[in-house]
Amino acid sequence: MTLLQTLISGLLLGGIYSLISMGLNLILGVVRIINFAHGELLMIAMYISFLFYSTMGLDPYVSAILVIACLFLLGIITQRFLIQPILDTPASTKIFATLGLSIALQNLALMTLSADHFSVRTSYQSDVINIGELAISIPRLIAFIVAISVAVLLYLFLKKTMTGKAIRAVAMQRQAAYLMGVNVKKIYLLAFGIGSALVGLAGAMLMPIYSVYPTLGTTFVLIAFVVVVLGGMGSMFGAFFGGLIIGLVEALSGVLLDTGLKEAVYFAIFILVLLFRPSGIFSLGKGAEEVGLK
Amino acid sequence: MLKLDNINLFYGEIQALWNLSMEIKEGQIAALLGANAAGKSSTINAISGLEKISGGKITFLGKEIHKMDPHEIVEEGIIQVPEGRKLFNYMSIQENLELGAYSKRAKKDFKKNLRMVFDLFPILEERKNQFAGEMSGGQQQMCAIARGLMSSPKLLIIDELSLGLAPILVQKLLKALVDIKNSGITILLVEQNVKQSLAISDEACVLENGRLALSGKADELLNNPHLKKAYLGM
Ligand SMILES: Nc1ncnc2c1ncn2[C@@H]1O[C@H](COP(=O)(O)OP(=O)(O)OP(=O)(O)O)[C@@H](O)[C@H]1O
Ligand SMILES: [Mg+2]
Repeated sequence: MTLLQTLISGLLLGGIYSLISMGLNLILGVVRIINFAHGELLMIAMYISFLFYSTMGLDPYVSAILVIACLFLLGIITQRFLIQPILDTPASTKIFATLGLSIALQNLALMTLSADHFSVRTSYQSDVINIGELAISIPRLIAFIVAISVAVLLYLFLKKTMTGKAIRAVAMQRQAAYLMGVNVKKIYLLAFGIGSALVGLAGAMLMPIYSVYPTLGTTFVLIAFVVVVLGGMGSMFGAFFGGLIIGLVEALSGVLLDTGLKEAVYFAIFILVLLFRPSGIFSLGKGAEEVGLK
Repeated sequence: MLKLDNINLFYGEIQALWNLSMEIKEGQIAALLGANAAGKSSTINAISGLEKISGGKITFLGKEIHKMDPHEIVEEGIIQVPEGRKLFNYMSIQENLELGAYSKRAKKDFKKNLRMVFDLFPILEERKNQFAGEMSGGQQQMCAIARGLMSSPKLLIIDELSLGLAPILVQKLLKALVDIKNSGITILLVEQNVKQSLAISDEACVLENGRLALSGKADELLNNPHLKKAYLGM
């Protein structure tokens, strides 16, 4: 029974990984930028959530909408002032730009907020639902349900709305999107904004479960990279299920191996997928050169 | 209608267009001809705003457009059907056509234009829910032209219409272009296939090494000795 218990917790947490990875993948697929600072966005989202809690007593679920709005704005600012000026430069420049941002944000957090861990106290944080012998954590269940709902909404937005179609068009065939009159720069801003807002939501959902500290992003960005490689670059579907799978893998490796080894397990998956299935396990045999939203 | 005035275009250090001037008259089919790497695509990418010119100007209906962004140029009524179709392969034909009508100018005539392109290419209506990438080359070219027409263009630019298509299909598409012209849309046809394109064109320009080599009425150019020798092998 305890194995099942662990697997369920892992799966539920996987919903958060899905949100973070879908954000990373949206930015990768549309703007063609590997956002190494993605983990720091999560760290910032959680600090903002904590700040609302500690200064105004706002519950993380209540302040979630504000955190999402802040991160959306932060994403737009990052795209407009950091990425947009270097769009036409070689890939290495872009890598250094987001990597540099990541390091800068981490150190900024260390300087201003110290290396302390902060967490919120809520009445429900250790509440569980009991099903037979299983105890399901309520905050994790909420995170999972929210993740699934948002994944569905995002899917509908990308598939059904004209703006969503324009986002996919830019990802799929940038030149044709320009030629059809899509304001590509605006779509980039939107994609970076939405990608960051997803991290904002993930941060808000994580706050009742985790504590926040300056280097929190490093662990999560590693997970997101593994998920993106696993699910296929640019594949929103792949990122969603990849997140759930990694949640399960994490839980399993904690039980079967040692919790300390979980990062080694991620890395092994990362390497194996890149070696044997570089386009991701969900992509239908399409080459990895076709990075785009699918 | 469209006027290029002494334009120069560089890719880094490499100059692709040299003091190029040409004019396209309203209501006509104009052909832009030339061999590989002559600068045809560079010329129309400058018109569409994908490449920025350094020197010279481009005016469309009296308005300077060479400093505008590509989406603003689409709003002015210029649409380009790019080389290699560049369809949104993992979207349906219907979605490709919707994206063709993305600009503000296209919104109000969406239904009318959709009917018009389906009448022009009935196969697109039959297959409208299929992925664009799954269709044959000819159907993809029809879809690409139709996508362009969805924008309610005044000027339709088509790059390498005949590339990779069977001659009989090319004939069919060229005939469709004449219909499009007769509906009041000016066409700039970019081609390597000199003979077939001159047959339906009113006027033509020939590019060589990024420079204008010849220009004039299509039927006169057909008798030009240089053109005959260099492009028709006669
Ligand atoms: N993005 C680019 N970067 C650098 N050089 C380019 C670029 N695009 C075109 N060129 C160069 O500019 C010149 C003109 O190319 P262009 O594509 O305009 O020719 P074209 O007439 O359209 O040829 P084709 O018939 O092969 O399509 C060529 O020498 C080409 O190598
Ligand atoms: Mg060309």
